[in-house]
Amino acid sequence: MPGAKRIIGVVWESVRRWFDPRELRSVGDPPDYRFSLANERTFLAWLRTGLALVGGGLAVAQFLPPLPLRHLREAIAVALLLLGGVVAVRAVDHWARTERAIRLGEELPASRFPAVLALVVGLGALLLVVAVLAGGVGSR
Amino acid sequence: MTGDPGLQPERTRLAWRRTLLALTVVTALTVRQALGGGGVGAALAGAAVAGWAATLTSCWGRATGSGPVRTGSRTMPVVALAAAGAATLGALSVLTRLW
Repeated sequence: MPGAKRIIGVVWESVRRWFDPRELRSVGDPPDYRFSLANERTFLAWLRTGLALVGGGLAVAQFLPPLPLRHLREAIAVALLLLGGVVAVRAVDHWARTERAIRLGEELPASRFPAVLALVVGLGALLLVVAVLAGGVGSR
Repeated sequence: MTGDPGLQPERTRLAWRRTLLALTVVTALTVRQALGGGGVGAALAGAAVAGWAATLTSCWGRATGSGPVRTGSRTMPVVALAAAGAATLGALSVLTRLW
């Protein structure tokens, strides 16, 4: 399958790039270090967002009583954990691409990810509100 | 070079400390989740603690200011993969408890 091979190649290339600081330092000019530090802090803020999702997933698994629907609690927990992992990996990819753009004096990479994440979290919250209301009415 | 020689590195150090603290809390929750899952769970808990210790060791310079301020460091992918790894181990721990 040439498609799968291409995807694996792209992923491998990205991972190699994240872990190779020399390659990042070889492009463009060294920027004002304040820009690099700001980029680093943005990355760390995204990482904490991901860790909050992971912590939330673990809290759901450990501190929520079993829900009426079988394994629903575990499904919510795993969904939150996977979302947190995706946020973390995307954070390092975005950090590397932003650092590259700063060094090359290009425009910063645009991303739809924050909007998508906001929609996913908002939709999840809405579903839970509906579930809580339905559960509250049903138990009465 | 700049008008604020101290503040930017300081803020970045504090951001690293917050992040490592969050990672520590998440690791504790992962271990708590994993330890209910028998032998496999114990192995997952061990992996979580090992990953946490390795990450803390490699990021310590950033959080305390003893490391150099420069771009393109490996600490960024390391700490990101630690978070993703904690998520994976946590998900596996949740799933092992179902079986």
